[in-house]
Amino acid sequence: MPTEAKKEWELRLYVAGMTPKCVEAFANLKKICEEHLKGCYSIEIIDLLENPRLAQGDQILAIPTLVRKLPEPVKKIIGDLSNTERVLVGLDLREKT
Amino acid sequence: MARRKKEAEPKLTPLAKCPTGIQGLDEITNGGLPRGRPTLVCGGAGCGKTLLSMEFIVRGAMEFDEPGVFMSFEESAGELAKNVASLGFDLPDLIEKKKLALDHVFIERSQIEETGEYDLEGLFIRLGYAIDSIGAKRVALDTVEALFAGLPNEMILRSELRRLFRWLKDKGVTAIITGERGGESGLTRHGIEEYVSDAVIVLDHRVVGQTATRRLRFIKYRGSLHGADEYPFLIDETGFSVLPVTSLGLDYPVSSERVSSGIPRLDHMLDGGYYRGSSVLISGTAGTGKSSLAAYFADAACRRGERCLYLAYEESQDQIIRNMRSIGLDLEPWVKQGLLKFHAVRPTFYGLEMHLAIIHKLTNEYQPRAVIMDPITNLSIVASAEEVKSVLMRLVDFFKNRQISTLFTNLTHPGQIEETATGVSSLMDTWLLTLSVESSGERNRIFFILKSRGMAHSNQLREFLISDNGIDLMDAYVGPGGVFTGSARVQQEGREKAAAAAAEVELERRRAALERKRQAAEAQIAVLQAEIASEEAELQALMTQEAEKLKVSDRERVELAVMRKADTPETEKGD
Repeated sequence: MPTEAKKEWELRLYVAGMTPKCVEAFANLKKICEEHLKGCYSIEIIDLLENPRLAQGDQILAIPTLVRKLPEPVKKIIGDLSNTERVLVGLDLREKT
Repeated sequence: MARRKKEAEPKLTPLAKCPTGIQGLDEITNGGLPRGRPTLVCGGAGCGKTLLSMEFIVRGAMEFDEPGVFMSFEESAGELAKNVASLGFDLPDLIEKKKLALDHVFIERSQIEETGEYDLEGLFIRLGYAIDSIGAKRVALDTVEALFAGLPNEMILRSELRRLFRWLKDKGVTAIITGERGGESGLTRHGIEEYVSDAVIVLDHRVVGQTATRRLRFIKYRGSLHGADEYPFLIDETGFSVLPVTSLGLDYPVSSERVSSGIPRLDHMLDGGYYRGSSVLISGTAGTGKSSLAAYFADAACRRGERCLYLAYEESQDQIIRNMRSIGLDLEPWVKQGLLKFHAVRPTFYGLEMHLAIIHKLTNEYQPRAVIMDPITNLSIVASAEEVKSVLMRLVDFFKNRQISTLFTNLTHPGQIEETATGVSSLMDTWLLTLSVESSGERNRIFFILKSRGMAHSNQLREFLISDNGIDLMDAYVGPGGVFTGSARVQQEGREKAAAAAAEVELERRRAALERKRQAAEAQIAVLQAEIASEEAELQALMTQEAEKLKVSDRERVELAVMRKADTPETEKGD
């Protein structure tokens, strides 16, 4: 499947400490990105325990939350990203079926 | 309350309360909301949930030095600030001073994809951060149920909400959580009341007979006595105010000071005037001068320099002032001096409870010493007689507690004069009755005191006159033929005057006759005396004449003797 290699993907993963859920979410994300966005993505992990003020600015409620900052529009995916199908839909990498 | 509780359970300290600063709410809860615990406020749309929670936060920050966090799930910070600016709450300023933190939690379901397990730790962190950044003691979540629309997994949400309320308690903040009033089964749409077990307030906005009344009720307040009644509340330019109108007893202070009714003759009939803080009822049929009596009472209060509140349910302020001017009473200067305040509304303008609420509020703001309600009868348009009576009872208690003299007017219908339409006479200390009687082709007003507790009052009927110069109470003519008023009284008085005058004339006539008699007698005496006198004079003259005669005859005798050369004894010659 061809990836949109020209686009720069900027992803943020909001966590609250390195809980098992968060660790799993990061692993799942990494896997999906390597598979679909190789070479054109960046992942920033934001630990709200360290930067609690960022929770308000980015409207974060659920943990973990993945935010697609770029490309626009902003998308949010909550949960441990274990359901790859839904992550791909959420990131607009696959049409909803 | 706190004291009573202490007596009952000396070992336990009563539940700490967190004053809301909201007018009336702290009174009915004996101090406020349970400190350090969440309180659920639920109600339908537009019933004032947001305002109540916002006022709790703002007043905490401004009046009790307790900073607060307001977390809104519906309105943005800008919208909130705008909404409460009209109440004089400057949210941006409070935020600047670190007394308030506003957070708008916004979830767009269409932007959110859910994949797998998650929790709401982000919300906790946000809230925790906001609380810690200003040292907040109070938190409002308005309305947390919006999350149900934004987050698909209800199971996770429920367990997280349960955790949230627990967490708030652990944080030791006093919280208000609002919830939308739900279907028939629960208090809130999503049943969040099951997570908040300390205190539940229900707000209600009901329309009965086209008039809307807002009411507040505590469904639950664990560990505290609270009134179970529904309390009306108001939302106006000063914010939220609850009217604790049912919680009054009969233990108010009484005064033996008298206040003038404004009519000297009436004061005299009442043995000095009304008691201060007493309730006066003036009932009467239409057009018998009830409002005029009320206006005189208002005028008397203002003359003493006391504030008077005039609640007019029939006429506008201008109309009352104009009408009173026509009987020589000018109320306008008092209004200008701020001693007299009119509150003129149609009874149907809002529900009965709301009337009560507004009267409370006005009284608390204006602090009058005298209140007039003219007329109370009209209130029965909006409610049943029983309800009116209950409200008036609370009002009377409320005013008596504050030593405010009250005067109510009541319109009665001919034939049921000694009944009040609302059955309130037992609440009244003084009851004056004006009625019109028809006789000799005219209607006249009669006035009397039906009762007046605790004073030796006159039991006399008076005729009640209203003229350009005001009110006057005249002695009515009472006789075997009944009571005469108006021209009948004048006629009766005329008849009496004529009779008196006739008697006077007769007396005068007799006096004159006697005088004439005496004069005649005296004249007769004078005549007789004159006769006697003339006879005496005549007699005198005769006697003189006789004496003269004797003298003459003596001399003649001598001369004769001389002429006759009669011998006379020598001795005689010798003389």
